[in-house]
Amino acid sequence: MSRVRIPPVLRETVGGARELEASGGTVLEVLDDLFAQHPALRERVTTDGKLSPFVNLYVNGRDVRYTTGLATPVSPDDQVILLPAMAGGSAAHASAAGGSH
Amino acid sequence: MRRQPEGPTRPMILGDLVAAIGHTPMVELRRLAPHPGVRLFAKIEGANPTGSVKDRIARSMLADAVASGALQPGQTILEPSSGNTGISLAMIGSRMGHPVRIVMPDNTTPEREHLLRVFGAEIVFSPGAEGSNGAIRMAQRLAEADASVYMPFQYGNEANPRAHQEETGPEILAAVPEVDVFVAGLGTGGTLTGVGRALKAARPGVRVVAAEPLPGEQVQGLRSLEEGFVPPVLDQSVLDDRYLVGNREAVGGVRRLMAEEGIFAGLSSGAALAVALRVAAEMDRGTIVALLADDGSKYLSAGLWNRDLDTLETEMERSVLW
Repeated sequence: MSRVRIPPVLRETVGGARELEASGGTVLEVLDDLFAQHPALRERVTTDGKLSPFVNLYVNGRDVRYTTGLATPVSPDDQVILLPAMAGGSAAHASAAGGSH
Repeated sequence: MRRQPEGPTRPMILGDLVAAIGHTPMVELRRLAPHPGVRLFAKIEGANPTGSVKDRIARSMLADAVASGALQPGQTILEPSSGNTGISLAMIGSRMGHPVRIVMPDNTTPEREHLLRVFGAEIVFSPGAEGSNGAIRMAQRLAEADASVYMPFQYGNEANPRAHQEETGPEILAAVPEVDVFVAGLGTGGTLTGVGRALKAARPGVRVVAAEPLPGEQVQGLRSLEEGFVPPVLDQSVLDDRYLVGNREAVGGVRRLMAEEGIFAGLSSGAALAVALRVAAEMDRGTIVALLADDGSKYLSAGLWNRDLDTLETEMERSVLW
């Protein structure tokens, strides 16, 4: 079983859990197992069957969008992190993309 | 005919401090390179006049705004910042005769507040629990309510990546033309986008790798997933890889930079080093350049170099340091 870390903003969909366990050999299989346990999570993080652009997914800290996406292999010792899309650094996320004033 | 006496070359004298921005040192990290096949270099942006890479974009955004007429003489500059951009805008803006007002989360380090005030900025604090997100929202509200202010908005201002495409990137290429991988922290995305474009235009195979902070749970600042934000200036097509770095690993990088190379750098620099080392470990040979975005002076009170890591990690969950 792999450990999947759930960010605060998504915890209400998984009964408040900070971390869950899920099985599967790829990111897709792990997500499917997670969604079977918590259907509300599926509704929040997928759009038309695809991972929402507002969600980033990391296996051992590496963003899977830059590796092999949902086909990225996951082994039982791996940590999977779900995180809302946001830039870090000297400030980050905003509710609306602003512009120059 | 008398020969001129030989002596040391007279050093260049700059017209003012703003002209001293950029052309920062490139240093090889021989002790940190994990094996002989990989050369590791650091671009020391803490050597800019106010101690961070943000001097470059502050200069670029303000010059652009003056040229376009968006910034009028004497107009107040308003910007959300967790420190560095605000300090850079304060140094440059106040010298141009503009009052500078910075919206900053109330849970950063005290050094940032002191430096902003020393450089002449006014500070408006936003709730720390809302993270940098809250500072941006508050700055946008203030700007909408007061048409007399000018907000550069580093997250959406093309003069941000352009400064790196036209200056930082070419400086890197001039110093390390054989660069294979470029690593930098992900904040506004301006550095990665601008440097990435410059490097890829010159060396199509170069890889651009982001070190992304794993924010503390108490400062994630999102009320819903849809509040997530990808800064408009971040061109994600320039990125080839993206690694999440937790506070503990970033602090580890900060400590190694000091212990092994004597480099006094800030938290995102530690994260960039950590990612550069991960990438290096997977390479047989090649050349990596990591951009170290600021010096360590704004983190002294946080005790990054000397405090117990567990205590530090717990505290950092509640603060905005990167």
